[in-house]
Amino acid sequence: MRELTKAIQETAQKLLQDKEVELVVGFAKGSLPLRNTPCFIRQPEEAQKLVWGYGCENNLATYLRQRPEKLAVVAKGCDSRSIIELIKENQINREKLVIIGIPCQGMIDRKKVTRLLAGRELLKAEVKDGQVVLMGKGFSETVPCEQLLHDTCLTCQHPNPVLFDIMLGEPVPVKEADSFADLANFEAKAPAEKRAYLIQELSRCIRCYACRQACPMCFCEECFADCSMPQWLSKSSLNVQDNVFFQAVRVLHLAGRCVDCGACDRACPMGIDLRTLTHKMVRDVQELFGYTAGVSLEERAPLAAPVSSSTLNHF
Amino acid sequence: MLLNKDQLINWLNKLMQAYQVFVPVKEGDYFCFKQINSGDQVILYYTNSKVPPKEVLFPRSEKLFYYRCENDGVQLTEQIDESKKIIVGLRPCDAKSLLLLDSVFSSDKYQDPYYLTRRNNTVLVGLGCNQPAATCFCTSLGGGPFATEGLDLLLVDIGDRYVVEVLTERGRELLSGMELPAADQEAQEAARVVKEGASLSSQVNLEGLKSKLDVNFYDPIWDMIHEKCLGCAACTYTCPTCHCFDIVDEAAGNEGCRIRNWDACMFPLFTLHGSGHNPRPTGKERFRQRVMHKFKYFVDNFNAIACVGCGRCIINCPVNLDIREVLAEIQGSEVRSDKQ
Ligand code: SF4
Ligand code: SF4
Ligand code: SF4
Ligand code: SF4
Ligand code: SF4
Repeated sequence: MRELTKAIQETAQKLLQDKEVELVVGFAKGSLPLRNTPCFIRQPEEAQKLVWGYGCENNLATYLRQRPEKLAVVAKGCDSRSIIELIKENQINREKLVIIGIPCQGMIDRKKVTRLLAGRELLKAEVKDGQVVLMGKGFSETVPCEQLLHDTCLTCQHPNPVLFDIMLGEPVPVKEADSFADLANFEAKAPAEKRAYLIQELSRCIRCYACRQACPMCFCEECFADCSMPQWLSKSSLNVQDNVFFQAVRVLHLAGRCVDCGACDRACPMGIDLRTLTHKMVRDVQELFGYTAGVSLEERAPLAAPVSSSTLNHF
Repeated sequence: MLLNKDQLINWLNKLMQAYQVFVPVKEGDYFCFKQINSGDQVILYYTNSKVPPKEVLFPRSEKLFYYRCENDGVQLTEQIDESKKIIVGLRPCDAKSLLLLDSVFSSDKYQDPYYLTRRNNTVLVGLGCNQPAATCFCTSLGGGPFATEGLDLLLVDIGDRYVVEVLTERGRELLSGMELPAADQEAQEAARVVKEGASLSSQVNLEGLKSKLDVNFYDPIWDMIHEKCLGCAACTYTCPTCHCFDIVDEAAGNEGCRIRNWDACMFPLFTLHGSGHNPRPTGKERFRQRVMHKFKYFVDNFNAIACVGCGRCIINCPVNLDIREVLAEIQGSEVRSDKQ
């Protein structure tokens, strides 16, 4: 981690010094334990603020759309895949972007930490040799990192950046595990049970739209959820059906574009399980269209490609 | 007075005969205030609730009235919630936030019957914070883990019992018929120890902040400070003092209902005019508004800062944009005259 941090700082400093870019988007140390925070660096001497670690969970592709300046971005596997889709959707000018690729070891899920600590307050944390030490008033607990990683990271098939200009660090091994095993439970449910599960989860939704805002692919000029003439979706949160409807449309809108980065799920303050929905949709797109988002710059997205009769047979 | 922990459930059950009782309950991994129908649903070992209990008085979505268009006019049925409520176990910062909301909903210019009716019918039983969260900074804003402002009763957890501090006549009535013993010297001493042990690790410096905000509307600091902000409402919807709303009609055919929903200054739609013009066109103006509203405009209007230091915006922000750091950056910026 420390070597990667140093390499990122040096690379950013050089890019800014040589005026190859005007801005580097990366991560700085966060204000909470196990947390890093997106940061924007414009001066070479500020490059030392950049860090790399288990708290770089945000998808930085969110910040790259329609940027006028030449810029560089620190990108892990999922960020690079979102960048590919955004390039294909003409949201990012490839010529003006330098991608600093970082092989990703997975990111720590703070929800899992909260669950593990069961009410004890985390004041400090250290990560060393694949172990996390969680510390607070009167306790210190050591847990293997693996236990605390996001579910998205546990099943991730592209931890190494797919597209990059500069690669820092050594590639990490890709997991062999079936990346959809976590869906078995949900898929086995009867439609009514699936519905009941989603209703139960989304009854906690406060319509803060953090899920939408955190997603690099949610960039409509006007979101259907905000439209008032006509109004597609009730503005009030009185009816849970509307919360489900909002998520259903959000997720379907991302069909063939979602890279399963988990940014939406991580952003939700209410800890609602959004990933089951997004992951299910990723799997359906793979099955129906044979398409995996964000792995190729050339392959056309399913909804932008001609529909073959074999695809239609599925419906 | 002294309340045994095993008496608490009975007490809540008794209160339920006369009041709607709201307490912290576990929902998913977090705690929220919900109306309960049995005293044993209460959980009083939480650090802080995900969504503040303001939603009991100022609901996320609230029906104001129903209407029906008929041949000879419109028929209105107003909805004012007159039920008696009690919130048990709210934190001192959240109690203080309600005093701030009072100034918004009850002024010389306007009295909000929906909020105020509920507010006047609601009794508040606070719970002191033996273990403040790492993100709590209430002491910087004149509060404290055992502050009593705005409360009718305060519970101080001393292990197997609560020392109950009676703060108002309404609070005293809640205990009538309970025949609770007075807190003896041992209990008082235990309460003192608990209070002294509740230390806050986090603070903000507010000295001179207002005078900076008075002149830095055009300061270049705003160009940078918001950059990572996603423009969601995770910070505002979970803030106990945020109170912006939008009013919409939900209608089908010739009848419908007017609803007041939480809204947030962080959304572009919040200030979008019918003409298409938006006075807060980018994240910069929106983020500035959030800070200004809390730390300058509210002070100008009501002589109080609209933040109680509960730390929810820090915990809930998806990109770790920390209000404590924002305030520190503003503090550290140069004072300059305000010009474009
Ligand atoms: S929907 Fe969620 S998982 Fe998919 S790309 Fe958007 S943020 Fe990532
Ligand atoms: S982030 Fe969570 S609470 Fe907010 S709108 Fe999305 S699902 Fe609802
Ligand atoms: S601004 Fe943040 S810390 Fe202050 S009251 Fe609101 S949520 Fe709490
Ligand atoms: S901010 Fe203060 S009053 Fe509020 S929960 Fe934290 S310690 Fe308690
Ligand atoms: S929660 Fe964070 S990202 Fe969302 S609007 Fe607030 S400051 Fe911005």
